[in-house]
Amino acid sequence: MPDAILVVVEQREGKLNRVSWETIAGGQAIAAATGWTLDAAIVGENGSALAAEVAAKKVTKVYAVESPKLEPYTPDAFAAALKQLIAAKQPKLVLMPHTYQVRDFVPKLATAMGRTVISDCIGFKHENGKLLFTRQMFQGKLAADVSFASEAPWFATFQNGAFRGDQAEAGASAAAIETVKVEITDGVIRNKPQDVFKEAKQAVDLTQAEIIVSVGRGIKEQKNIEMAKQLAEALGGELAASRPICDNGWLPMDRQIGSSGQTVAPKLYLALGISGAIQHIVGMKGARTIIAVNKDSEAPIFEIADYAIVGNLFDIVPPLTEEVKKAKAGS
Amino acid sequence: MPSANCQLLIYTDKFAARNSYVRSNVLKILVCMKQVPQKDAPLKLNDAATWIREDVSYEVNEPDAFALEEALRQREKHTGEVVVITSGPARSQQVLREALAKGADRAIHLEDNAFVGLDAFNTAKAFAAAIKDEKFDLIFTGLQSDDYGYAQTGVILAELLGWPHATIIMHIEKNETSIRVKRELEAGFFQYVDMPLPAVLTIQSGINKLRYATLIGIKQAKNKPIRKVALAEVQAAIGENLQKIERLYVPEKTKKTVHIDGTPAEIAKKLVDKLRNELRVL
Repeated sequence: MPDAILVVVEQREGKLNRVSWETIAGGQAIAAATGWTLDAAIVGENGSALAAEVAAKKVTKVYAVESPKLEPYTPDAFAAALKQLIAAKQPKLVLMPHTYQVRDFVPKLATAMGRTVISDCIGFKHENGKLLFTRQMFQGKLAADVSFASEAPWFATFQNGAFRGDQAEAGASAAAIETVKVEITDGVIRNKPQDVFKEAKQAVDLTQAEIIVSVGRGIKEQKNIEMAKQLAEALGGELAASRPICDNGWLPMDRQIGSSGQTVAPKLYLALGISGAIQHIVGMKGARTIIAVNKDSEAPIFEIADYAIVGNLFDIVPPLTEEVKKAKAGS
Repeated sequence: MPSANCQLLIYTDKFAARNSYVRSNVLKILVCMKQVPQKDAPLKLNDAATWIREDVSYEVNEPDAFALEEALRQREKHTGEVVVITSGPARSQQVLREALAKGADRAIHLEDNAFVGLDAFNTAKAFAAAIKDEKFDLIFTGLQSDDYGYAQTGVILAELLGWPHATIIMHIEKNETSIRVKRELEAGFFQYVDMPLPAVLTIQSGINKLRYATLIGIKQAKNKPIRKVALAEVQAAIGENLQKIERLYVPEKTKKTVHIDGTPAEIAKKLVDKLRNELRVL
């Protein structure tokens, strides 16, 4: 039997999390490069219903891993369920999206099996028969190609945006769905999760903004935010920020862009004093045009910027605001 | 036995006694901390291109600073003890010194350059071995490190110890024998989770406001014990790394970036020209 890849998709409130398609696309690419087969698994009490959606993609088989103990999500139950599936099916490589939920259980699962996870990967390479996973290091300043030095099963997680979900290939015919009932004994689950909730209603919906002026640590002090705000107003855009700014309380949490905040894709994203940590970039890399101002010429934000201005934002923003105002007045 | 260890034994015994006496009112917390290159430090690759050259400035991994702050706040509320642990060469002791100056009671330093190259699995194993004679109620880590960025060590440590865990924590409330934590989920969602003690929590940046070390704190830190653990002491617990960095490199650029240079006034004019004529957003 050829080696198999198993992609574990994620469901959220009865729907497939969109990043699941990206991981399937990634799994398909690895399968094409290695000649391995590709299966998928969905974990949860109502997995069977969603399994059909996954089975439409080019995969060999879809496992619906079920137990009443899988609802609501706990790391104990998910690790126990997947351990049983993986022990039974023996995939060589297990892929998952690097979501907050996966981060919560996959290191536990791999450790329970004496294995390791190459986490938060942005791609893979297949060189001379060796599979390498590419991941960002030092907040994106460097990248590393990492290999497994242990026996299978190997675990890897892919960063949001590592592959294009819309490029997940459809299958010629629907893949077989196999329901796998797992036994989770009493006492395995120790955490008691309460209902998921959202904090106070968001006052601003940044996902609808066409122009976003976003500030990071480089703004230095709360009083300097006003300068960025004036530029945002002159441009007719919204003001946003990276996480540290909201952590400091300088801007409300609903203006935070990144993995823990909002994901945006405006026409123009103007990043002021934002270094470009991965957690921020995943929230804005879909912007059509990115202009970055940063005094550090090696800041990772420049890697994804269309226009780069290496310099002090305090020198650059005021004249820029004036020029924008002049241009608008003249038009 | 070296005298530092004797002093430490007496110290822990005192707390062990207190722990068994009124355990529900006392919290003994371990905070795992890491020294990482400073955020804007220019990084250079070593000759083998497998790691960075170590001649850079270092600082405390930011989420770990929030983990320490949370531990100090919990101790202030419930009394108990805050112990900090790190692994790495002599330079990494600075992280422990700063933590002691901020109010941690004592420190454990797994001191060897070899610890820098361990994967998350082995780092967690080394920590577990170093604390095997301790009885903590809680272990905190930052949610991830700014160097490797695995986001795994805390969860692996929980599994090795057989403890429950919760990740990306924004609030902690202790009840009689359990805790209620607030987990941050994606896209602005949250969730409260009740869990028994002992437990491992990975702490999110921004859970609290960091304190500064006071002059008195810095003075007092000099007399606080740092237990040094040599590689040999935990060697038996760790094995070969399960994953290997084959090469480290400056990322390949996928986007064509246009640099805009000049005086601030020139840059402003050039940018507005692009905004108007190329991007058509003005």
